Amino acid sequence: MEKPVLDVRNLAIRYGGASRDAVRGVSFTLGRERLGIVGESGSGKSTVGRAILKLLPSAQITADRMQFEDIDLLKASERDMLKIRGRRMSMILQDPKYSLNPIQRVGRQVAETYMRHFPATKAEARQKTLAMLEAVKIRDPERVHDLYPHEISGGMGQRVMIAMMLLAEPDLVIADEPTSALDVTVRLQVLEILNGLVRDRGIGLIMISHDLNLVRNFCDRVLIMFDGQVVETLNAHELDRAQHPYTRGLLAAQPRIGDRRKMLSVLDRRPEWSQEIAQ
Amino acid sequence: MTSNVDIRDLSISFGEGPAAVKVLPGVTFSVEAGECFGLVGESGSGKSTVLRCISMLTDFWQGSITVGGRDIRQIPRLERCRLLQMVFQDPYGSLHPRQSVRTTLSEPLKIHGLDDHEGRMRRVIRDVGLTADFIDRFPHQMSGGQRQRIAIARALILEPSLLLLDEPTSALDVSVQAEILNLLVRLREERGLTYIMVTHDLAVVDHMCDRFAVMLHGEVTEVLPRTAIDGNHATHPYARELIGASLEYEGAL
Ligand SMILES: Nc1ncnc2c1ncn2[C@@H]1O[C@H](COP(=O)(O)OP(=O)(O)OP(=O)(O)O)[C@@H](O)[C@H]1O
Ligand SMILES: Nc1ncnc2c1ncn2[C@@H]1O[C@H](COP(=O)(O)OP(=O)(O)OP(=O)(O)O)[C@@H](O)[C@H]1O
Ligand SMILES: [Mg+2]
Ligand SMILES: [Mg+2]
Repeated sequence: MEKPVLDVRNLAIRYGGASRDAVRGVSFTLGRERLGIVGESGSGKSTVGRAILKLLPSAQITADRMQFEDIDLLKASERDMLKIRGRRMSMILQDPKYSLNPIQRVGRQVAETYMRHFPATKAEARQKTLAMLEAVKIRDPERVHDLYPHEISGGMGQRVMIAMMLLAEPDLVIADEPTSALDVTVRLQVLEILNGLVRDRGIGLIMISHDLNLVRNFCDRVLIMFDGQVVETLNAHELDRAQHPYTRGLLAAQPRIGDRRKMLSVLDRRPEWSQEIAQ
Repeated sequence: MTSNVDIRDLSISFGEGPAAVKVLPGVTFSVEAGECFGLVGESGSGKSTVLRCISMLTDFWQGSITVGGRDIRQIPRLERCRLLQMVFQDPYGSLHPRQSVRTTLSEPLKIHGLDDHEGRMRRVIRDVGLTADFIDRFPHQMSGGQRQRIAIARALILEPSLLLLDEPTSALDVSVQAEILNLLVRLREERGLTYIMVTHDLAVVDHMCDRFAVMLHGEVTEVLPRTAIDGNHATHPYARELIGASLEYEGAL
C-alpha cells in the first residue's frame, strides 16, 4: 500500500475539566481518498478533526501514533503547527460565520490567507480570491467580496471557507459539514471541486457529515462514531449493509422522498454501545 | 391560538445610494394557520432574509406582512415574542457565547413573567433530546448539534404559535433530526402551531410540509404542494431542476 497521508492510532481526547474522554480508542489511516465520518451529534467528530490540527489547547490529547506525512503530530510544537496549519493541512470548520473575523470583509480574509502562504501582491491576491469565489459558484463575487460575515448567507459562508482552503492547496483537508447549508445543485458542484482535489492532486480528504446520501455516494470509506468511539468502518457504497445497531438505526431514521408519512423511527440508544470496543 | 401569515410585495435593499442592492424584489405568499410551509431554493436566494423580515429582526423592508390578520409592525415587541419565535441557521452565532443554557432559557421566562422556570426548562431540554445537566453548560462546551438543540429549546420555551425555522436540523445527525421532526409534528398536532421552515432537504419537506415555495435570486419561482416532489411535477425550470437534482441526490448518483 502507498504511504498514508495520515495515520492515527488509539487517539483519546479529554477536555479540561471533563470527567471522561470525549474521544477514545480512535484509530484510522487516510490514504489519497475520501473518508467520511458519520455519527451521533456530540460523538466527537469535530473533536477528532480539531485534535489532528492541534486546535484544542485546553484538552489532553494522547495517542500511540499521530503521523501526518513526514510529521509526528504528537511531537510537533505550536511553532511547527503554525507552518503546517492552513497550508499543508486545512480544516473547514463547522460554523463558518463564527470562524471568520466579524469585523473584516470576507474577501480580505480570503486574500490574507493566500498572502500568508504565497508571495503575492494585494492585487494578485484579490484576483485569486475573486476567481475562487466564482469557482465555488458564488453569484456576484465582487459584491460578496466586500461584505462582512454577518451580511452573507449561511451557504455563502461555507463556500468562503472552502475558497480559503482551496487557495492554500493543502495535502490534507478535514471538512466539517462543509456543504450542509448549500442547495443540492450547488452542493453537487462544490463536491465535484473537492473530488477533483482527491483525483487530480491526490490529497487526503476527511468529510465529517450528517448527510447519509452524501457519504454513501461521495466517499470511499466511512467511519461511524458513537459516544467518542468508532463503532464501525464501512466501504461507503456498502453503507446500507451496516451491521452495528447504531448505524442501522441511523439509516432507518432518514426520511425519504415519497415515503408514507408516519413517525420517523428514532434510536433506542443502548448503554452497551458505549462500552469499550475491543481493539 | 393559531396564526396565518400573509406576505405581500415584500422587498428589501441592503447598502446605501448607488451601492444599494435589492435582495428581495417583491415576495408574495401566504401560509394558512396550522400549516407547515417549506421555503427551499438557491443558497443566497433570500430565504433567511424572508424569515428575518417576518420576525422583525430586520425591519427596514417594504410591503406588508400580517400574522393572524394583524400587521406585524403594529404588534408590540413583547407580544410578538409570544406570538412568533425563530430558530436560526447558525446556532453558534445565535447563542450568546458567555451565557449559560440556564440564562438563555430562563431570561425569556423572567421577561414574560412565567412561573415554574426549573420545570419548564427541564421539560424543554428533554423535548429536544438532551439531559438536564446541559442546563449549566456554555455554548463552547457543546457540539454543533447540541447548540442547535438549545436554540430550538429557546424558541419553544415561550410556546409561540408561529415558528420560523431556518434549517433547524441540518446540523443534527438523522437520528436526532428524527426526534426533533417528530417533536415538531406532535406540537403542531397538539397546539395547532404554524411553521415556516427553510431547508435544503426535500425529503424533510416531503415529510413535514403541506406546501413549499422555491426561491431563486430573491424571487419565489413557484409554490407547490408537497406531492409535487415525488415524480417532479414542478413547472418553473429552476424548480424542476432543483427537485430533479434532489431526486438524483437521494437515489444512486
Ligand atoms: N470545550 C469543551 N469542553 C467540554 N466539552 C466539550 C467541549 N467541546 C466539546 N465538548 C463535548 O465533547 C463531545 C464531542 O463534541 P464534538 O463537537 O466533537 O461532537 P460532534 O460529533 O462534532 O457533534 P455534532 O455533530 O453535533 O457537531 C460533546 O459531548 C461535547 O459536548
Ligand atoms: N445585512 C446584509 N447586508 C448586505 N447583504 C445582505 C445582508 N443580509 C443578507 N444579504 C444578502 O442577501 C442575500 C440573501 O441572503 P440570505 O441569507 O437570505 O440567503 P439564503 O437563501 O438564506 O441562503 P443560504 O441557503 O445560503 O442560507 C445574499 O446575497 C446576502 O449577501
Ligand atoms: Mg461537530
Ligand atoms: Mg440562509
